[in-house]
Amino acid sequence: MTEPLLEVENLRIRFAGNRTGRDAVRGVSFRVGREKLGIVGESGSGKSQTGRALLKLTPRSAQVTATRMRFRGEDLLTASERRMREIRGRSISMILQDPKFSLNPLMKVGEQIVEAYRVHHQADQKTARERALKMLEAVHIRDAERVFSLLPHEVSGGMGQRIMIAMMLIPEPDIIIADEPTSALDVTVRRQVLCVLNELVEARDTGLILISHDLNLVASFCDRILVMYSGRVLEEIEASNLRNARHPYTRALLDSLPRLDRHVDPLRVPQRDPSWLDGPVFGPEEGS
Amino acid sequence: MRVAAQGGYLTPRRRRRLRETLVAIASIGVTLLGLVALTFFIGRMLPLDPVIKIVGENAPQAAYDRVYRELGLDQPLIVQFLGYLKSAVTLDLGNSLTSGRPVLEDIGRVFPATIELATVAMVIGTGLGVPLGVLSAMYANSWIDHVVRTVCLIGYSAPNFWLGLMGLMIFYAGLGWVSGPGRIDFVYEYGFEQRTGLLLIDTIMAGNWDAFRNAVSHIVLPAAILAFSAMTYISRMTRSFMAAQLTQEYIITARVKGLSWRRTVWRHAFRNIAVQVLTVIALSYAFLLEGAVLTETVFAWPGFGRYLTSALLAGDMNAVVGCTLIIGIIFVTINLICDVLYRVLDPRTR
Repeated sequence: MTEPLLEVENLRIRFAGNRTGRDAVRGVSFRVGREKLGIVGESGSGKSQTGRALLKLTPRSAQVTATRMRFRGEDLLTASERRMREIRGRSISMILQDPKFSLNPLMKVGEQIVEAYRVHHQADQKTARERALKMLEAVHIRDAERVFSLLPHEVSGGMGQRIMIAMMLIPEPDIIIADEPTSALDVTVRRQVLCVLNELVEARDTGLILISHDLNLVASFCDRILVMYSGRVLEEIEASNLRNARHPYTRALLDSLPRLDRHVDPLRVPQRDPSWLDGPVFGPEEGS
Repeated sequence: MRVAAQGGYLTPRRRRRLRETLVAIASIGVTLLGLVALTFFIGRMLPLDPVIKIVGENAPQAAYDRVYRELGLDQPLIVQFLGYLKSAVTLDLGNSLTSGRPVLEDIGRVFPATIELATVAMVIGTGLGVPLGVLSAMYANSWIDHVVRTVCLIGYSAPNFWLGLMGLMIFYAGLGWVSGPGRIDFVYEYGFEQRTGLLLIDTIMAGNWDAFRNAVSHIVLPAAILAFSAMTYISRMTRSFMAAQLTQEYIITARVKGLSWRRTVWRHAFRNIAVQVLTVIALSYAFLLEGAVLTETVFAWPGFGRYLTSALLAGDMNAVVGCTLIIGIIFVTINLICDVLYRVLDPRTR
């Protein structure tokens, strides 16, 4: 792992009025540097709320606590809202799931990109516009001039998500959180969009946190993987080593996937064991 | 001829626009026709005898019959209706049975008073209601939200005539801050030329500042009371429109970019509720233009609502049908203006 940018220790998120007695996120710890970290888990495992907590954009009813949540040594928990606004976009940014909903329906997509740039950079409209056009080209959009003045409903899902990537990378953040960036897209354009993201992240040496429920996808794009279940990290593992995962949940997830190289029939439905809820965490250091 | 077809003043886009416009005009015509028909026939069905209104209870049969024929009541209903339509097209809505003057002239006399009151009330109501609704949604469940919602609840539940009476008692009779009922004091009434019928504008055009101040002191209380109820409605609606927008994903996007909450709300969310807010404003304005009868009565405001009510009570069907037609035209016009504004506000509709 490279020098850590983001350190999270014992992150907890509790929702006011929640009667299940279990918090949404319970003691999640990890570090990210200029690398690609994947967070996998099923719905409700707390992966998205973890991502939002890093930007302090959890819903108002959520209480976030942690022993430590630092960005480049700076404590985010005590950071003021004003300071957080400087960090958001400029240092830590986030790509949301569905461009149909995550772009403002009444603003030209170009204007939305320009805005993202001008929040953090002193630039006149013309310079910002040129930057935005360049950024659109960088996400492989042909005819950037024309796309610039389109409205979100006039672009396809894949193009929308590439616009989103352009918008979130234009202020040149250190870390980008991609929260299920391809779940809303057609299978055929998923890989294409991820490749664009991967290409830009590598070229700029940006840290990436890829949140997904798709274990295969994460394994093929990331260096390290956190497997989350019910608000906890059950296993942390190098992506290259995923095959040797030891936690029964990770194993169960792997076994539930169809394979091309051999016949698996029937696919196994993961059986959940209540002991995982508070059981041991499997980390890479113990594994070796 | 082929050349002309090709060069085309009428491009497909323009042709479509033209067709849309023609359809809109036709539908307006049908709406108004239906409105007139409905009111006309209901009016004729009512067991009211306009002849007795004119000749009196004890008139001889000969006089009664003569007036009966003069009013055309001996003819079949459909003929009467067609006759009414024919004159309506030439802007003749018949004579009022109570005042004896043409209905249109009567309306022209009372309508400016209502326009003036409604417009002042709407400007205040919108100016306060929209920002309060937005603030209330923006800081949901904070003290601002609670204060706004409580005030709105009061505005919603307190009847206007009661507020009017209380207002008169406190600010006119008690404190003497404002003038009492009526539009202007008698001493000023003939001190300037009434060109538009809107006293605030007429007094300014005449440069008669004393009269202007007097007119303001008369309008301020009834306008404030109408504005209050418009404000509660507008801010409640704005609050719920805004609250719905603030749960949308693009709001998170804007915040991720590093925008402040205030800028996110005003720059991103507000555009998205503008069309809905406009509809609410237009509806409340149309509602006020119909005449706020109770408020006009309490404040002795010689407006449209009072005219219509007294015409109705007097069984003056010509005036009632005429007023209904005018109300219909107001609604249609306001809707038309809204449609145009929607296109301006929402680029997706272009």
